[in-house]
Amino acid sequence: MQRNHNHTTIVTIEKVIDETPTVRTLVFSDDLMSNVLPGQFAMVWIPGINELPMSVMISNEPGKAAFTVRKHGPASTGLFNIKEGQQIGIRGPYGNSFDLKKGKLLLVGGGTGLVPMMRLLSFVKPTDDVTVLIGAKSKDEVFFEDFANSMLEKNPHKVLVSTDDGSYGEKGFVTDLVEKLVNESHYDGVYVCGPEIMMYKTVQSAHSRGMFVQASLERMMKCGVGICGSCCVGEDLVCRDGTVFDGEHLSSNKEFGHFYRNKAGILEKY
Amino acid sequence: MNQLLYSKLSSLFKVEPSLATSIGKIQLDKPMMLASGILGISLDVFNRLYRSGAGAVVTKSLSTEPWEGYPNPTIFSVKGGGWINAVGLSNPGATNFAKMIESNQTVPIVVSLVGSIPEDFEFMIKQFENCKVTAYELNLSCPHVAKVGLEVGDDPELVRKIVTTSKNSTDVPIIAKVGLGTTHYLNTVSTAIDSGIDAITAINTVRAMAIDVETQRPILSNKFGGLSGTPIKPIALRCVYEISSKYDIPIIGCGGVSTWEDAVEFFLAGASAIQLGSAIGDNWIDVFGEINNGILEYMKRKNYSSIKDMVGLAKKS
Ligand SMILES: Cc1cc2nc3c(=O)[nH]c(=O)nc-3n(C[C@H](O)[C@H](O)[C@H](O)COP(=O)(O)OP(=O)(O)OC[C@H]3O[C@@H](n4cnc5c(N)ncnc54)[C@H](O)[C@@H]3O)c2cc1C
Ligand SMILES: Cc1cc2nc3c(=O)[nH]c(=O)nc-3n(C[C@H](O)[C@H](O)[C@H](O)COP(=O)(O)O)c2cc1C
Ligand code: FES
Repeated sequence: MQRNHNHTTIVTIEKVIDETPTVRTLVFSDDLMSNVLPGQFAMVWIPGINELPMSVMISNEPGKAAFTVRKHGPASTGLFNIKEGQQIGIRGPYGNSFDLKKGKLLLVGGGTGLVPMMRLLSFVKPTDDVTVLIGAKSKDEVFFEDFANSMLEKNPHKVLVSTDDGSYGEKGFVTDLVEKLVNESHYDGVYVCGPEIMMYKTVQSAHSRGMFVQASLERMMKCGVGICGSCCVGEDLVCRDGTVFDGEHLSSNKEFGHFYRNKAGILEKY
Repeated sequence: MNQLLYSKLSSLFKVEPSLATSIGKIQLDKPMMLASGILGISLDVFNRLYRSGAGAVVTKSLSTEPWEGYPNPTIFSVKGGGWINAVGLSNPGATNFAKMIESNQTVPIVVSLVGSIPEDFEFMIKQFENCKVTAYELNLSCPHVAKVGLEVGDDPELVRKIVTTSKNSTDVPIIAKVGLGTTHYLNTVSTAIDSGIDAITAINTVRAMAIDVETQRPILSNKFGGLSGTPIKPIALRCVYEISSKYDIPIIGCGGVSTWEDAVEFFLAGASAIQLGSAIGDNWIDVFGEINNGILEYMKRKNYSSIKDMVGLAKKS
């Protein structure tokens, strides 16, 4: 019988990979999650602690899936601390996915926003010319650089890193690099996930030049299925209408890039 | 027969049905409303729901101060259908919310309020003085937050004071939302009616829980939550039928409605309008338009011209 994706399924963590001092990848076996589309997410239950939305990571082996988590508040720290052999609950996959164009592609990932970008890489054609931009605060927070290069072995490609403090790669914000690249050449598709201001600037840079651009939004999520309302941005519900939205659509959204809602649902400025 | 005469005659006998309904003094163009707590925190989303066919939207239950609610998991999908939620009434507070809907001229908004003493309700109603509010709904029945909701609904004396104070604070119609607590809900209904309530919404979610067998712990962070969706429909229907059999008060049916047949069942049991929430999780926002169309088709087939023609028909036998 086909699994109802809303029902919590318990999986066992099989491998924990340290990516940086604050980022870990947790690998588990699950057919449904191993086949998700790029951009889709799961609601992840850390028993006794919390439940969080997490992008589903690429799996190299069939039947495997993973989450890559940055330790932040109590919930994500709870997930970060899960050891091999421990169990977590998952439901989903939820949300829509990126609309992958052919040709010259630009993928921009900031922090754990890189996760859906890595998943997207597993769907590109060998003929696509792919540029991946990785944004991080400093050298120790850079991850997935080798992974991106290995995924793109067969493609014409570039993987560029920028760090805010200049300790590795280009110095500055990744959005400065985006602005430079979209000025120099035309991309058939631009994809971004990361902090909202970074996504806002990337969408503006690409959309104002008539390029196809998509961003995967993050909002406070409680249900993941479109009933609690906590994830609304303007009239869109991120968990159900997104998380991926086109630049065209986002440019008419009054809240994107300007406001988010806190846990009580109060609109706050970025 | 001449064509013009024919069409005049047929329009005399076959009236295009109207979805308009009235719940006492409350007039709505369409009978399907969004239930409280579902998608209810943004005016933009309210506009979208209204365009999709909701006759009115009920806001998330608002409190005097902003509340963060419980940590996740706050929602659980029940095998076989339905949801258990313990969101914990997270909301931005009445004052913030009133500011957000001040600019609204289009959408009929029912403001849901939750509190523990009469003064809470008086204070909150005051916050909405500059807003166009269709009605207030007093949440006397949330099953999973201490000191408000069911704990209030279970105390008849408190219900009396809250309804009286709220009625004295505004001319806008006031609805009481009841549920299944420890006091018989019909006693709460009767007290609310005696204190001057304008309508009743029945019912809220039913207290429930879920335990994971692998990790052997309750799934919701609050352990207990409220069951909604298809499993509670027969219970909600029974309550609407009981209330309408016993009292002469306009009723809004709520609980497990997901198809036009469900909606019609509630009309036949005595409801003049219907709220739904969980069905959105399964069928998304289009569910309003789909149910409206189904009701219209049914009315055509049965030759009813207005919702009123159906209300309470199941009690004829
Ligand atoms: C669709 C989606 C995919 C995500 N994918 C990843 C991922 O792959 N890797 C990763 O490390 N993080 C991901 N996140 C972010 C993650 O869900 C948490 O927001 C983050 O880990 C901080 O949580 P915390 O509870 O530890 O922080 P807290 O200290 O509790 O909260 C800090 C802030 O985190 C955010 N937050 C907390 N809980 C939630 C929640 N339930 N939903 C959304 N935001 C919340 C809020 O903005 C909050 O103000 C994703 C978020 C979304 C919405
Ligand atoms: C996620 C969620 C949040 C809810 N929040 C509230 C609330 O704030 N106030 C309230 O009166 N009812 C609340 N309810 C109850 C609903 O308004 C409704 O009474 C119940 O869900 C039954 O209707 P349904 O089966 O169509 O969902 C909530 C229900 C759900 C599922
Ligand atoms: S997370 Fe509940 S509506 Fe999106």
